[in-house]
Amino acid sequence: MSPPSSPIFRASNNPIMDATVKTNLIAKDDHAAPTRASVFWRPTSKTGLVSWLTTVDHKRIGFLYGIFALFFFLVGGAEALLIRLQLAVPNNDLLTAQQYNELFTMHGTTMIFLAVMPLSAAFFNFIMPLQIGARDVAFPRLNAFSLWTFVAGAIIINLGWFMKEGAPDAGWFGYAPLTSKTYSPDHSIDMWVMGLQLLGVASIAASLNFIVTIINMRAPGMTMMRLPVFTWMTLFTAFLIVLAFPAITIALVELMMDRLFHTNFFEVSNGGLPILWQHLFWVFGHPEVYILILPAMGIVSEILPTFSRKPLFGYPIVVFSGASIGFLGFAVWSHHMFTTGMGTVATAAFALATMAIAVPTGVKIFNWIGTLWGGHLQMRTPMMFALGFIWMFMMGGFSGIMHAAAPADAQQQDSYFVIAHFHYVLIGGSLFGLLAGIHYWFPLMFGRRVSEFWGKLSFWVVFVGFNATFFPMHFLGLNGMPRRTFTYDANLGWNTPNFLATIGAMILGVGIGIYFSVMIYTFFKGERIKKDPWDARTLEWSLPTPPPEYNFAVTPTVHARDAYWYEKHHKEEIAKEKAVHAKEDEAHGGIHMPFASIYPFVTSVGILVASIGIAVMDPGHKLVVALVGGVIMLAGIFLWAHEGNEGYHIRPDKEDLNS
Amino acid sequence: MSSTSATIDHHHDHTTTTGIPNKKLVMWAFLASDCMFFGCLIATHLIYRLHPPPGSPNPKDIFSIELTSFSTFILLMSSLMMALAVNAIQKGNIKSMRWSLLTTIFFGAIFLGCQVYEFQHFVHVYHLTITNSMLGTTFYTLTGTHGTHVAIGVFWLILMYVRSFQPKNTAADRGWFWRGLLHIAAICGAVLFSIFAVIGLTHTLQAGEGFTAFLGHDFGLVIGLVATLGLSMFLARPRGQVAFDQANAIDVESMGLYWHFVDIVWIVIFTAVYLLEYL
Repeated sequence: MSPPSSPIFRASNNPIMDATVKTNLIAKDDHAAPTRASVFWRPTSKTGLVSWLTTVDHKRIGFLYGIFALFFFLVGGAEALLIRLQLAVPNNDLLTAQQYNELFTMHGTTMIFLAVMPLSAAFFNFIMPLQIGARDVAFPRLNAFSLWTFVAGAIIINLGWFMKEGAPDAGWFGYAPLTSKTYSPDHSIDMWVMGLQLLGVASIAASLNFIVTIINMRAPGMTMMRLPVFTWMTLFTAFLIVLAFPAITIALVELMMDRLFHTNFFEVSNGGLPILWQHLFWVFGHPEVYILILPAMGIVSEILPTFSRKPLFGYPIVVFSGASIGFLGFAVWSHHMFTTGMGTVATAAFALATMAIAVPTGVKIFNWIGTLWGGHLQMRTPMMFALGFIWMFMMGGFSGIMHAAAPADAQQQDSYFVIAHFHYVLIGGSLFGLLAGIHYWFPLMFGRRVSEFWGKLSFWVVFVGFNATFFPMHFLGLNGMPRRTFTYDANLGWNTPNFLATIGAMILGVGIGIYFSVMIYTFFKGERIKKDPWDARTLEWSLPTPPPEYNFAVTPTVHARDAYWYEKHHKEEIAKEKAVHAKEDEAHGGIHMPFASIYPFVTSVGILVASIGIAVMDPGHKLVVALVGGVIMLAGIFLWAHEGNEGYHIRPDKEDLNS
Repeated sequence: MSSTSATIDHHHDHTTTTGIPNKKLVMWAFLASDCMFFGCLIATHLIYRLHPPPGSPNPKDIFSIELTSFSTFILLMSSLMMALAVNAIQKGNIKSMRWSLLTTIFFGAIFLGCQVYEFQHFVHVYHLTITNSMLGTTFYTLTGTHGTHVAIGVFWLILMYVRSFQPKNTAADRGWFWRGLLHIAAICGAVLFSIFAVIGLTHTLQAGEGFTAFLGHDFGLVIGLVATLGLSMFLARPRGQVAFDQANAIDVESMGLYWHFVDIVWIVIFTAVYLLEYL
């Protein structure tokens, strides 16, 4: 079994091309790099481990994001299955209360920060530059830094499993004063704090990059109102990340100061207010749920028109409602805190703002239905997941509206009803959208397509399992079962729904198992396809599958919103344009490519070492390890800054030019 | 490049869609993010100011508004020098840019020195520590975070200053990299030695002792300062054509954006933390 020959894995499967790459790689063109000082090492290999650690290609980085995200998705899923097994029958003793606390904390943290966010980032990286006709992101090395810092954060959060302290156990929103030194004396909370800080750095760096890329790297003619909706949602998500993550960063800084230097931010005995943590956390936490859902909305807005054989219904309205969701998302955080006694005015204001968000969300749903309406629907696997998304996300939205009413929420707070609600929006919403996206773009990324039978089978098993797991939880919650209880008595009336939910979770697990087994099989042995297998409308499909490392042989000129659709219907005009642009590129000595670099990786390793020093080591070694890490990090940044950002030139495939 | 291109349009980058250089755009987006960062910290301070725990010290008894007003003025003047540095390099005047950068570094160091002195003073004289009161917790965390931003800015200025000495033909001058590292270390040393020497001098004078007494306990600092200053000047002597030119104006400009932003944040902190107490 050999992996498909893809530029992500190899420079090219064409010997002439390889030769071109080699000859042009080292300082032969007009824009040649100056002779370098001996301390700078320029990696040139195109295959092997080093090429992956030093890559600055947005497609490879996106692929790595995806692999890490899927790994942690399976870890988080295993944690969820253990939780469900423990709750299958009353008075179960499969897990101890402590283990249960660790599992629900890590399940939430893992799924949100290590699975859904990086999986979205994988699509942002891989697809967004292709959709706007760019050859890479604005800052390729910063992109590599984001990836490796995300991995560093993921490692630190999960270190606890391998240490005697155990994993973090204070819940994914880590309410004060549960996280204080008094109640959590060991290092597990330090690791949680430090890991989340690194994920924040990684997310903000990546988002700054995406913002600049979308605003500044668009192909000629790609005006903002011609951007594909997925790219729009990438932009909104990036803005939400850039503006929301500082709030949790400050909350975590204050918590870290409390734990390391004995300050008083959340220390009740010295006048600290635990409610401040809740405010800071949810100022971040609520935009975060839109960070999780907007990418999925973008993906679905790409899939529905493609398989309905129609343009997206009401494109400007879909875009603006995405913007209003992001904007309103900053004004509703206190609906997570209705029962904390904020006072009637604040409660009423946040309840109203929360209900207002239902308007742009509803508008989107009607636009999607409008897209389907009267279309020639093709029921392919991505379409199935996308339709599942609309339905399941609506169900989650309905229970969300119920929470928005503060008096009703007072009854539902911290019950299984809440669990049901947010799993409907996060699995039925975000995850269905992302799973749809994997099916949709898999042929583009790897040149192979999943068989319809196995794809649809996995959809139905996931769909049935998901509903069997989470629908009964609505009733559990209304019957009073609180969340985060590790076991319950047999006489509370909770036995049947809990048992059903556990069966459902097993079915869901089988469904996800089928989904990924099929993906792995397809990766190696799936049906090979030619370019544009879905007869789609956006620019990424104009590329050969898998796309070459320079993306576009000739930078496209965009004439319409559905750019590739226009190209397919104006072949002569486009061919003439391409010939002109190809000549211009040739005059510049070919396509300019950035050099690979090891320094982003070195910087992230330094950050990892320093964070381990601060969060994990005992006081004796803390400072030394932190300093060593700090020096590695500074050296990485320094060399990164001084190696220069020049690149080399390559010439596209002849075939690619003519296609 | 400096010889061939007489003028570069510093306000329009034809390689980007909007004409805004990527480095400028990313810095603006980062500053938006940093607004939220400082916003949350300042909010924390103000919340605890509204809900002080019983027995909280009165900030007016602790703050020295004269000293802080002075350091605020210095920081604002450093922004002027930063703007002059950007202007100089946009016209290709490297020598003028270097002097402006050095003055900015100098003013930044004065601000940092005032902050170190202020912290020492508050801890030793007024016994306000980061752990013993909520005021100490929020005050030191907020102003300390801002001070860290200034320190990062000073370090960045030093890196940019030294980078302006990188020779055009690195092949003919193999030692430039290590000389640059030494240059950075020398300037960082000069900044630190001067901060602590001036603070030592102030303490000696406040104690009513003379200049000779200062030389008595802080002679090492003075020697260090002289040595690092001398080394910095030695390394800064002209050595032929450099690679740094007008095309690097965008690097200086985006650093300037950061520096001005940190100044603006200080105006807010000065108002919310200090001036508010004197209403």
